[in-house]
Formats: sequence, structure tokens, C-alpha cells
Amino acid sequence: MPFEWFVALRYMRDAKGQTALILAAVAVGVSVIVFLSALIGGLQVSLIDKTLGSQPHITLRVPREAPRPLVEATPTVAIARRVAESSQRLRSIDQWPMVVAAVERVPGVTAVSPSITGAGFAVRADAKSAIVVRGVEPERFLSIIDVRARLVAGRYELDGGAVVIGSKLAANLGVSVGDKLRISSSEGGDDVVTVLGIFTLGNEAVDGTWVLTSLRHAQALYALPGGVTTIELKVEDVFTAERVADEVRGRTGLRSDSWMTINAELLAGLSAQASSKFMIQFFVIVAVALGIASVLIVSVVQKSREIGILRAVGTPARRILRVFLIQGGVLGIVGSFIGSAFGALLSRVFENVTRDPSGAVRFPVQLDLSLFLIATGLATGVGLLSAVIPARRASRLDPATAIRNG
Amino acid sequence: MVETPPPVLLVEGVVKEYGEVAKTRALDGVAVTVGPGELTALVGPSGSGKSTLLNIIGLLDRPTSGRVVLGGTETTGLDERGLTALRARMLGFVFQFHHLLPAFTALENVMLPAWGDLGRPNAKMRAAAEELLRAVGLEDRMHYRSSNLSGGQQQRVAIARALAHRPALVLADEPTGNLDTASSAEVFALMRRFNRELGTTFLIVTHDSRIAGQCDRIIELVDGRVRSDRVVTAQPS
Repeated sequence: MPFEWFVALRYMRDAKGQTALILAAVAVGVSVIVFLSALIGGLQVSLIDKTLGSQPHITLRVPREAPRPLVEATPTVAIARRVAESSQRLRSIDQWPMVVAAVERVPGVTAVSPSITGAGFAVRADAKSAIVVRGVEPERFLSIIDVRARLVAGRYELDGGAVVIGSKLAANLGVSVGDKLRISSSEGGDDVVTVLGIFTLGNEAVDGTWVLTSLRHAQALYALPGGVTTIELKVEDVFTAERVADEVRGRTGLRSDSWMTINAELLAGLSAQASSKFMIQFFVIVAVALGIASVLIVSVVQKSREIGILRAVGTPARRILRVFLIQGGVLGIVGSFIGSAFGALLSRVFENVTRDPSGAVRFPVQLDLSLFLIATGLATGVGLLSAVIPARRASRLDPATAIRNG
Repeated sequence: MVETPPPVLLVEGVVKEYGEVAKTRALDGVAVTVGPGELTALVGPSGSGKSTLLNIIGLLDRPTSGRVVLGGTETTGLDERGLTALRARMLGFVFQFHHLLPAFTALENVMLPAWGDLGRPNAKMRAAAEELLRAVGLEDRMHYRSSNLSGGQQQRVAIARALAHRPALVLADEPTGNLDTASSAEVFALMRRFNRELGTTFLIVTHDSRIAGQCDRIIELVDGRVRSDRVVTAQPS
């Protein structure tokens, strides 16, 4: 074994109490980092998942109609006028199959689904409810929002007069799978449909209003033969949605909104959470570094006579330096292994004790390998860095003085 | 002295001063030559500069002026790294308080100088250390922590350590200073034996006149100068 490792490991083994104490300190620090990151990461992922579980990453719509002046002022005629906002009627996206094809080629876009989104009413017996009719191509829509996986009853089938509706809406109307329902659109279309499935996406508004039907059926209801009103996209990395939305807007000239603009408040909250996480991590790391450094400084002082002897009998200063750097590094890496394991355990226990009465996880934690790698790398680096000052001090000891006074 | 082999140690005009303003001269022009195979005692009252001289010869301290030549190598111009390497290869140290590393076994203590010099242990290093420990009568204590050995045993380990890499010169600073009479005699006998069998040169700082009287030569230092340098003729043995 190389001299430096041999001496470093022996010193750590010999001072068991000291070593255990500092390992515990590093482990506690690392487990706090792991636990906190897992918890905050888990919350973020679950919030984003919940949010994106019921909405597309990007929605394309026709631009809002701007009011057009009926009379223009001329150099000789001044006019007083009042601008009345245009009413926004349901319009189809021009040449939408070409738009779909173009959007599919935008880098980062993984799924595209053309659809009709329109307002309407659903009526059953004396129950009446405002609804949002979503006419979609069944398979394509699944890649945007996986309704099939969220079915609570029936099946996902949208052929002909079949619809799949939100669970809250079903409850409001008192319908279940197989029941019939009259729906009327804001454009005057009217039809009787059969409920074949009921879903829950976890979003009140969606579960209380959505009626999914086939694109063709919706086109008939809204008198938009062959047309679509919205194109929904999914992107590879949810956090690039805004950038992709900009690009799509540039290419198509359509109104292009990402989930990030629609949920700006959520994102602001998440980023505040993330910065508080970094603050806590930073201070934990500083505390760990101070702990390692102080223990090693004490160890250098305690061992200065031994270091002097080693130097006197011909051990080069650089080897003494390494002996203490190795101790710092090993304390960091071993401490972070223990801390990672403990942090993971803590996260799992926390996840389990905070389950709500139905047994569902209320605070999901996200433990992934990268978290452990980062924590380990960080702790090892911090260990090495905090060993620099003690190690330099040790390597610069004057052997004669150290032997005399140590 | 008409022998001609090159000296193991040559000290010429060594002056050592301490302090910036009020200078104290610890050594005031010391000249000493030690030939190979000599077992020399360095004696003198406390404050005479013995330890200072030993530190300078041991390359742990530098003289204010004058020069030290070790085994033909001029040490004046060497940097810290060069001095360390020379210490590792030329010199062995035995200190008064034996100064073993308590966390290591006797065998490891004996191996450490060569191990620290070369970086990695090897079979030769280990065999040499084991042989030396056998020679000092500690074959059954090799794997004891040095902190579990008696004072005399520890000093024997220290002698083995000083000899492990077959240095040209072993410097011993009061090697029997805190041992009882029996252990002192034992430790000195060991040094004498290695001196005879291996031809190792020893320079021993001692207060003990019985020890000094058994050496080949006694150099007496008073007030930083060599007062007398004589060859011991009658060797009681």
C-alpha cells in the first residue's frame, strides 16, 4: 500500500472516536442534503406531473381577432371613434394538416394532436351542466394526455356518438357508463351521445367539464367541417416548452402558449423552493467543511511530533501533505456514503409516515442516482478542500522544532 | 590519524546564531571530522551546543555559516527536498524519547523511513526490518503496537529503525537518557554491535560518562566550541 494511504488510514483507525464523530457530522450533513433534495425534487416533479397530467405542454390556436377600423382618418378628415373589441368566434386553423406536419419537424416536439375545443351544455333529465367539448383523434390525443390510464370506469372509445367524460361531470349529471346524454354546442349543434368511459385527471375544472369525443363528431357539432381549433403539443423536456413555443410561433404565426406561461405562478413558486434548497445545501456544506477542517487541524497539532519524526527520518513534505488530504477525502466519501443511505432511508420513512388516510403518498420523494453522485462528489470535494489548510500546516512543520516541542 | 578513507562527516567552521538583534552564538566555529566505522561520543554540559550541532549534522537545521559535508555530499546548497532525500538515504536517527509512532507496530515503525522515502513497501524492505528486529531481540514483539512495548524495547526498535536503510551515519541524541542502567547498557551494546558487525558510524550525544567511556572517541563541546577531541585508549569490554 502506498505510504500516504497506509499512514492516513492508520491514523483514522487509531483515532476511532474522532473519526466516528466527523463521519457522523459529514453523514448528517449529506443526509440532510439528500433528504431535502429528494423531498423538494419529488414535490416539484409531482406538482409538474399533476399540472401536465391534464394539459398539453404547448397549445396552438388561431390568433385573436383584432378589431378592424371601418373608417380611416385622412389628412383632411378627423374622426372620433370608439374601439369595440371583436368577438372571438370559433375559427379553424388554416391549412392545419400542413401546420401539424410542420410542427412535427420542430426539434424537441414529441407529439402533436389536432383537436376542437368548444363550449357547450350537457343535459340529462333535469340536470344541466356547462361543458368543454374536446374533439380529438383518439390515439394522437393519448400521447398528449393519457386519458386511458386515468379511466375510472368504462373504456376509452370515441367512435360515432360515443364520449368519455370527466368524473365530476358524471357525478353532477348522475350518469354512469352506458348512459345517454344530450349535448349542445355553442354553435347550435345538438346530439345525443353515449357515455362509454369516465376519467379523473385530478384537475377540478377538467374533471368537471370535459367531454371527449371524436374529432369528426366535434366538427359536426361546431359546424367546422374538416377544421380544428387547437393543436396541442408535447415536448421532450418540459422545461424547454417556452423555447419550443417561441419557435413554433415563429414558424406558424399561430398563438402558441406553453404550460410555463399558463402556470407562471407555479413556476415562480418552484423556483423559490429551489433557491431555498440551494441556500440550505450551501450552509450545510459550509458546516461540514468546517467540521472536517477543525478535526484535521486538531489531529495535525496532536501529531506534530510524529510528523516531525517522519520528516526527520526522510519522509518528503509532499507525502505528509497527501496523508492529510487523503484523510479529508476519505472522511468526505465515506461520510457521504453513510449519509446517502441514511438520507434515502429518511426519505422513504417520511414518505410512508405522511401518507394520507387512503394510503396515497402525500409527499412523494424523488431519489435518483444523480442525487447520490452529486452528494458524494460534493462531500469528497469538500473533504479534500477542507483538508488543504491542515495538510499544508502539517507538511510545513519544522522537524527539529516539532520533535523538541511536540 | 593517518588513515585516508574519505570521512563520513566533515564539519568545518560551523557557526550558529540565534536571535535577530541580540545574537546568541550557540556554535562558534566548530570543526569535526568523523571517519567511517567510528563510534564517537559527543559530550558537554547543557547549553554547550550539542543538540544544535546534532541538528545541523542531521540536516534538520542549517548553520549560520560554515559547511557540512555528508559522505562526500556538500549540503550547503541543497534545498529542503534535497536535504530530506539525503536524510532518508544517509542518516539514521535515535532520539532520547525514542519517538516511535504509537499507532504503528514495531515492524511498521522500522519500515517507515524507507517506505516514506520510496512510497511503497517491498519485500526487501520488510525482510531487512524483520532481520533487524531479530537482531535487537524483538522477534516476538514485531507485531506489537509500539505503545505496548517497554521503554528499553522501544529504544531497541528505534535503533532498528535508524539502521533499517543501512545509513552511513547514525545520530543518537541521548539514546539512554531515560532508561535504567540495565536497559542503557543493553542499548549501548546494540549500537556497539552494529558498529562492529555492519561498520555503521555512530555519533552519540550523551551525558552518561560510562557510555562515553566505551566509545572510540570523545569530543567535548563547551560554549559552542570543541574543547577536546580524544581517542579512548583503554576499552573495557
